[in-house]
Amino acid sequence: MVGSLMLAADLDVTIGPLHLDAALRVDDGEVVALLGPNGAGKTTALRTIAGLLALDGGCIVLDGRVLDEPSSRTFVPTAQRHVGFVFQDHLLFPRMTALDNVAFGLRAQGTGRAESATAAHAWLERLGLAAVAGTKPDALSGGQAQRVALARALATEPRLLLLDEPLAALDASTRVQVRTELRRHLATFGGARLLVTHDPVDALVLADRLVIIEDGRIAQQGLPAHVTAHPASRYVAELVGINLLHGDASGERTVRLASGAELTVADPLPGATVAVAIRPQALALHRHRPDGSPRNAWEGVVSDIEADRDRVRVTLSGPVPVTAEVTAAAVADLELVPGAAVWVSVKAVDLTTYLD
Amino acid sequence: MPLLVAAATGVAFLLVPFLALAQRAPWSDLPSLLRDPIVSDALRLSVVSATLATLVACAVGIPLAWVLARSDLPGRSVVRAMVTLPMVLPPVVGGAALLFAFGRRGLVGGPLYDGTGFLLPFSIWGVVAANTFVALPFLVLTVESGLRAADPRFEDAAATLGASRWTILRRVTLPNVMPSLVAGAVLCWARALGEFGATVTFAGNLQGRTQTMPLAVFLALESDREAAIALSLVLIAVSLVVLVPLRDRWWGR
Repeated sequence: MVGSLMLAADLDVTIGPLHLDAALRVDDGEVVALLGPNGAGKTTALRTIAGLLALDGGCIVLDGRVLDEPSSRTFVPTAQRHVGFVFQDHLLFPRMTALDNVAFGLRAQGTGRAESATAAHAWLERLGLAAVAGTKPDALSGGQAQRVALARALATEPRLLLLDEPLAALDASTRVQVRTELRRHLATFGGARLLVTHDPVDALVLADRLVIIEDGRIAQQGLPAHVTAHPASRYVAELVGINLLHGDASGERTVRLASGAELTVADPLPGATVAVAIRPQALALHRHRPDGSPRNAWEGVVSDIEADRDRVRVTLSGPVPVTAEVTAAAVADLELVPGAAVWVSVKAVDLTTYLD
Repeated sequence: MPLLVAAATGVAFLLVPFLALAQRAPWSDLPSLLRDPIVSDALRLSVVSATLATLVACAVGIPLAWVLARSDLPGRSVVRAMVTLPMVLPPVVGGAALLFAFGRRGLVGGPLYDGTGFLLPFSIWGVVAANTFVALPFLVLTVESGLRAADPRFEDAAATLGASRWTILRRVTLPNVMPSLVAGAVLCWARALGEFGATVTFAGNLQGRTQTMPLAVFLALESDREAAIALSLVLIAVSLVVLVPLRDRWWGR
């Protein structure tokens, strides 16, 4: 389906020490997360696509329209690209109310004052912000400001929405809530969405497809489940090697997995259907049932062992399928081999939950 | 303590001349002195020409400040140095330079006069030109520093929303630098109001046409001291009326 392809970008640009050389595609209706540490070139990629930075080589095509192609001297200015942009620190215009911020794009594109205000109000309502329509940005909470910024970007109905670390500026408690809301809003918005983040949980929750970027180059890309289960390099494993389990709430702080196993978490669950993220380093392996009976302990079977220098990734099957990361010494101590039984434990505070 | 003494000396040095002026002021004759047409002509001309000069300075100075702060055109530092030049140059030299440029036989003024019969010197437009020449740098440098302090990414955000350059300038950039813009315009206006050297050299000293307040004060000092003091008091009053409220609003903490 050639017609459904939205963004095809072959990015080649150098800024200071960073050389970005990456080919990105985002299809209609797809949410793609560009994941990597700070300085990997993620934001640079977004800025080239938005036209805030010109390419040195390659090309950017959106809906069949060439936006930037140095070889043919084509460069469409930002204002004419119809690309929405949500900035990390929201960048709401400080002297305008939330409503005026959301109406700004429509006004700038020639829509009348009354019509723009009506449309902006509808967007605010849709994002649950009707009550703050007359509020200036500095009086909004971090989460509200980020939602107003999303409404502002969506109000012009862009074909492509770019989100630059949309959750990074929020504090931890707001973050979980806004992440859940963002996931819902991104799902209802048509068009293509490209999200940049350094947080694997953001990427796993929000994206249909992951693109892992390292030093300006794509290290691996694919479906989240595939990338997390089969990281192609140590770098990718460290970045997204995170266990993601799905289950239903069976108590205020208890999640029941499909296997029937239950996990206890530290904070009240956000809803009935949840996902639980566990970092491989947080899992402890034991020869016998651990003492003091930690609430999250189960017996698993080693299905695979993958060593990389002194760190070893141990894939476990059983009631809670997870990958643990332990030291080589621990593997020797516990006499871990494929097929061996081993006790696994994890502290409740090491489980992160969010709405699934 | 020595710091306080130094500071007090500074304040005294600035204040004593004003007190001396007030002490010598012919308070009882003031109303009749101020009714003199020389005073009203000069005051009107000064206020009108300083205001026009500030408007001209805004029209060309804001775009110039934007180019200096935001663009990456080559030779920006040279342009900035040239913009600063009228601030450090003796205004008389500026007036002479203006004469050679826009005078009747000047580089631009000659062809302009031959073609259209329009002559800048010895008219209110000559006063405006001289005022603009010396006052423009105050506006440009103040607005430029405001633009440098403002986050340019707000302009990026506006561009992603489809706003044109002009819309961005009008609705995002200028509101964000409004304090600097007002401060720059006030400095520019105050500098234009007090302009003497360039005006007298370029525009002349014709009562009702080019004789501004500072020129009238200088002339009156030679002939009628009391009138000179009266004119000075008016100039001080006008400056205070404009500066004090703005100072509280924009420069106060």
